[in-house]
Amino acid sequence: MEAVAALLDQLCPMHVQIDPEGVIRHAGPTMHRLREGGGVGEHIFDLVSVRRPQGVTTTAELMRLAGRKLHATFRTPPRTGLKGLLVPFGEEAVINFSFGISVTDAVRDYGMTAKDFAPTDLAVEMLYLVEAKSAAMAATQRLNRRLQGAKEEAEEQAVTDLLTGLRNRRAMEHTLARMAEAGQGYALMEIDLDYFKQVNDSEGHAAADHVLRKVGAVLRGVSRREDVPVRAGGDEFALILPGLSAPRRIGALARQIICALEEPIEWSGRNLRISASIGVALSEAGQDAEAVMRRADLALYAAKRAGRGRSVIHRADLTLPLEIGKRAARRATSQ
Amino acid sequence: MHGLINRAVQDFMRDSYGAEAWLRAARSAGLETADFEPMLIYDDAVTERIVAAVAAVLQRRPSDVLEDIGHYLVTHERMAPLRRLLRFGGVDFAEFVQSLDDLPDWARLAVEDLRLPPLEVRETGPGGWLLRLQGAPRGSGYAAVGMLRAMADDYGTLAFVEYQGAIEGAECVQIRLLEQDFAEGRAFQLAAGA
Repeated sequence: MEAVAALLDQLCPMHVQIDPEGVIRHAGPTMHRLREGGGVGEHIFDLVSVRRPQGVTTTAELMRLAGRKLHATFRTPPRTGLKGLLVPFGEEAVINFSFGISVTDAVRDYGMTAKDFAPTDLAVEMLYLVEAKSAAMAATQRLNRRLQGAKEEAEEQAVTDLLTGLRNRRAMEHTLARMAEAGQGYALMEIDLDYFKQVNDSEGHAAADHVLRKVGAVLRGVSRREDVPVRAGGDEFALILPGLSAPRRIGALARQIICALEEPIEWSGRNLRISASIGVALSEAGQDAEAVMRRADLALYAAKRAGRGRSVIHRADLTLPLEIGKRAARRATSQ
Repeated sequence: MHGLINRAVQDFMRDSYGAEAWLRAARSAGLETADFEPMLIYDDAVTERIVAAVAAVLQRRPSDVLEDIGHYLVTHERMAPLRRLLRFGGVDFAEFVQSLDDLPDWARLAVEDLRLPPLEVRETGPGGWLLRLQGAPRGSGYAAVGMLRAMADDYGTLAFVEYQGAIEGAECVQIRLLEQDFAEGRAFQLAAGA
């Protein structure tokens, strides 16, 4: 048996040899690293308990498991998981152990080195793989987070008017459609700047952009948290007001906006002046967003026709004028 | 070329000479962005351009820069995971050198699309080897020199490592082991984070 022990110490450094009573007579060098004395002199069941197959409590039962895969754990902490194979050797038996999947815990718990494993053991390759894959996965996850950030930024830009930071027309249509689907009531305020063309023509693009940014700031300033201020394009703005339906409150808000926009806007030491006309429509149950926008257009048209710097709330007796307002015309041609 | 390689050049430049130096190199190499994604693939020509640009910014020979990059890969704190993976190659420096044959396979186990040039280690005598990088970009042997010298230090081994030039289409590096246990090497535990 001694020659066999020397052989096995190299081939399977985690093996133990047990006598017919189940007492450990010899243990491989790695087993000595794991447990003081390698468990030699103890009964095998004092060293490990067999988890699977279940119900193995006697040496005779253990001996009958020859050739089958055993799952065991150490009796004392750390209760490292082990895989085992028992092979009879005359009256005695050899049990070879390995860590299996618990190898990463084991090398940490016992401070093991590559020399504790047989050169043919794949433990070191497995440890390498675990580390390499974790590092590669971490790098991939960082890439994914950056890509997700870029995607969210792109999505935000797709619904944002870059000059004013307000939502754009696409976002407005999307929001209105969503509210119509949800059956949520809202007021839609369409705001058309007055005298803006003059500013643009006489003061130039930079001044015009400054004015548009200022309008954006005014609309953000009067918005409640749930309101959605929009730059629909050019000098056309809008305000979506969820849950607002009282004409008096809407009229007051429109006056507040017009007053704020009529404040002189300072630009290169000069005062620029604009105003705004506002048309408002209230959503009606079962009506799609297109219809509400059309009614807001009508109201806006009426406001413009009544003189600048006014607001009109759509009523049923506002009929489509012969002269179609510029918004309605644009919408008609874009359809 | 794999982004990991380009990113290594970027990290080397930033960690050794600062972000500003890297930005200058990136600009002169005509890069669209100064950040390489380690897990994406780039055109091979980009790698050559950035190495040349880094050398130009540092006013050093590309071969010296490549050698420093090889050294950086093993010694810098940021590259600690890589140094650990390399140490899995062998329990001592001699075993590590002889494991280099398998390095491309090991690398591919870690990152499926990472392709390293075929490495061949020929024993030239007791404690002597010739490392050949078949079909590798000209001068890349210098990076291997820097890496091997740093690994010898890591193992506490005294070794002679020298670039031999390109021979029959292979970058060649000569390695001679002078004293296995010359100094206390850096500690290496199999367990991660131990």
